[in-house]
Amino acid sequence: MDYLFTEEQKMIRDLCRQIAREKIAPIAAEYDRSEKFPHEAIKIIADSDLFAIFVPVEYGGTGGGVLDLSIATEELSRACGGIAVCYAASALGTFPIVLFGNDQQKRKYLPDLAKGKTIAAFGITEPEAGSDASAIKTTALKKGDHYILNGTKHFITNGGEAGIYTIIAKSDRSKGARGASAFIVEKGTPGFTFGKKEDKLGIRASITSELIFTDCKIPQENLIAKEGMGFVVTMKTFDMSRPGVAAQALGIAQGALDVAVKYARERRQFGKSIASFQGIQWMLADMATKIEASRALIYSCAKMIDSGNTNVAKESAMAKLFASDTAMQVSTDAVQILGGYGYMRDYPAEKYMRDAKITQIYEGTNQIQRNIIALQLIREAAK
Amino acid sequence: MNIIVCIKQVPETTEVRINPETNTLMREGVKSIINPFDMYAIEEGVRLKEKFGGKVTVLTMGPPQAEAALKEAISLGADEAVLLSDRAFAGSDTWATSYTLAAGVRKLKEYDLIICGKQASDGDTAQVGPGIATHLDIPQVTYVKKIEEVKDKTIKVERMTEEGYEIIESSLPLLITVVKEINTPRVPSLRGLMRSKQAKITVLGVKDLDVETANLGLCGSPTQVAKIFTPPARPEGEKIKGTAEEIVVKLAEILKREK
Repeated sequence: MDYLFTEEQKMIRDLCRQIAREKIAPIAAEYDRSEKFPHEAIKIIADSDLFAIFVPVEYGGTGGGVLDLSIATEELSRACGGIAVCYAASALGTFPIVLFGNDQQKRKYLPDLAKGKTIAAFGITEPEAGSDASAIKTTALKKGDHYILNGTKHFITNGGEAGIYTIIAKSDRSKGARGASAFIVEKGTPGFTFGKKEDKLGIRASITSELIFTDCKIPQENLIAKEGMGFVVTMKTFDMSRPGVAAQALGIAQGALDVAVKYARERRQFGKSIASFQGIQWMLADMATKIEASRALIYSCAKMIDSGNTNVAKESAMAKLFASDTAMQVSTDAVQILGGYGYMRDYPAEKYMRDAKITQIYEGTNQIQRNIIALQLIREAAK
Repeated sequence: MNIIVCIKQVPETTEVRINPETNTLMREGVKSIINPFDMYAIEEGVRLKEKFGGKVTVLTMGPPQAEAALKEAISLGADEAVLLSDRAFAGSDTWATSYTLAAGVRKLKEYDLIICGKQASDGDTAQVGPGIATHLDIPQVTYVKKIEEVKDKTIKVERMTEEGYEIIESSLPLLITVVKEINTPRVPSLRGLMRSKQAKITVLGVKDLDVETANLGLCGSPTQVAKIFTPPARPEGEKIKGTAEEIVVKLAEILKREK
C-alpha cells in the first residue's frame, strides 16, 4: 500500500529501517535477556536526530508530526519492541511540554530532548491508580513559590534513565479529577528517588520502575499549564501518543510476520516447504491483512492529528485497540507457524509474542479504549 | 584539519561477475553502493573533523550517477563533494584513476590528510590510494587501524600488518588507507539526509583539471588484463602448542630443519 509519504517521511522510514536492521536487530536478543537499558541503541537513535522529530523547529526539533513519530516507532519496533518503547516513551514524556508548556519551559527543556542528550518519561500510574487514573494519591501542595511532591508512581517507562519527568499529581485533594496538575521534575531533584525496577514478561530492553517523591521541592515555574489541568494535559497527551503505541504494536506485528514468512519458506516438512501448505498460507494472508488494516488506521489517525484536528479521542483509541489486538494475534500465530522452534528463545518469534502483550495493556488498557470509543459514539448520537 | 576522503561507487554484491570476453566487471542490473571500505574512511574523516574542526571533502571519479555515492557521504557528515566526471576518464585503470584523482586533489588545494579505504570491493587492487600519494608526491601509510595522535604538522598512526602492527609518525599532508578495524561507521542522521538532498555536487571534467589527456582513460592506462582468477588460499600455518619451554625447543628444531 502506498500511503503517499512526504520526502521527509520516506527518509525517516528508510533511516529507521536501516537502524533497526543494522544496529538494533543484532543486539535485541541480548538486551531481552539482560534487561539492561539499551544505551548504545538510544545513542544511535539520538545521533540520527530521531528524538528531534517530535519537537517543534523553533526548539531544536525538525517539527515532524504524529505520523513521523508513528513511522519511526513502527520501524524500530520491527526489530525490538523494547528498544522502540524507550524512544516512544520519551516522546510521551515530551508531549505535555510541547502541547502545554510555556515558552520558558520549552526553551529550557526541548532542545536537549530533541538532541536526545536526555530522555523524558511520563508519570501518572500509581499502585492504586491504573485504569482509574483519577484515584492518584501523589500530592503536590503549593508552599510559597514552590510545590512539595509526596507519593509514589510505579510502572514508569524510562524511570531512572530519563532526565526529565512529567508528573501528574494532586495539587488540590478536595477537587477529585479537577484537582490534578502536571509538573516537570528533573532527575536529581532532592527528594526524588527511584524504587523497584520491574522484571517484565516482554519489552525487557526497556526500564520500568518506581518513582518516589519524599518532600520533593520543585519550583512553581515547573507547573505545566495551570493548576487543575493535570488530566486535560494527560488526555490530550494520550490522544497524541496513542498512535505511537499503536505503531509500536504494528511494528511488532510486522516483525513477527517477517519472521513467520521467512521461516515458512525455509522449513520443509512432508517433503516440501511449509509455505506451500494452504493452512499456512491462509494464516499468513490473515496476518498480513490485519497488519495492513492496522497501518491504514494508524496513519489515517496520525494524519488527522497532524492536520490540526483535536477531536481525535475515538480514532486514537481505535488505532491503539485494533493494532495491539492485531499484534497479539499475529505474534501468537507467528509462534504457531514456527511450531516448536517458535517456542524456543533461540528463535525470534516468542519475543514478539511477549513484547506484543503489553501493547494491549499500557497507555490505557484495551478495555478503556473501548470505553472511550463507546462514549464518543453515544455522545455523537446524542448531538 | 582539512580532510579529503576518496571514495568509489561499486556494485552491491559479494560475487562480482566478470565478462569473460572483455575481462571487465559486469555492472548491469546491480545496485550501486559506496565501497564498504570507503565507509570507514568517511567515518574516520568525519570523526577527525568533529574532534579537530575543519572540513571533510569527498572526492570520486565516475559516471554522473556516482553523485548518489557523494550525497550519501554528505548524509554521513561530509561537508562538500566533488565528482570527476568526463567521457575522457572512461576505462581508466588504477594508474590513470589515481593520476586523475590526484589532479582533483590538487584542484582542492588546502588539505592535511587524504583518507582512502584500503581497497575497492570490485577491483580489489588496493592500488589507487598509494597511487594518489605517489602522483601528489606526499607520504602514505597503508592499512591504518588507528589514528593515535594528531598535532599541528604531524600525525601518528597505527598500521596493521600480518605480523602485528607498526606505529608510524609522519608529517602532514599524508595519505592513509584504512582497514575496517579503525571504527564502526555510523548510520546517517535525519538532518544529514536533508542536507544531502539539497547538496550541490561540484562536477569537474578534463577542462577543469591540470592534466595531460594522454594519461587519461583507457589510452592512459598501461594495465592489460590477460586473465582473471582467484588465487589459491594460503595454507594454514603450523601452531606450536605447549609450555614456553616446550615451544622454544620445538621452534628451535623447526628453524634448524628449515635452515
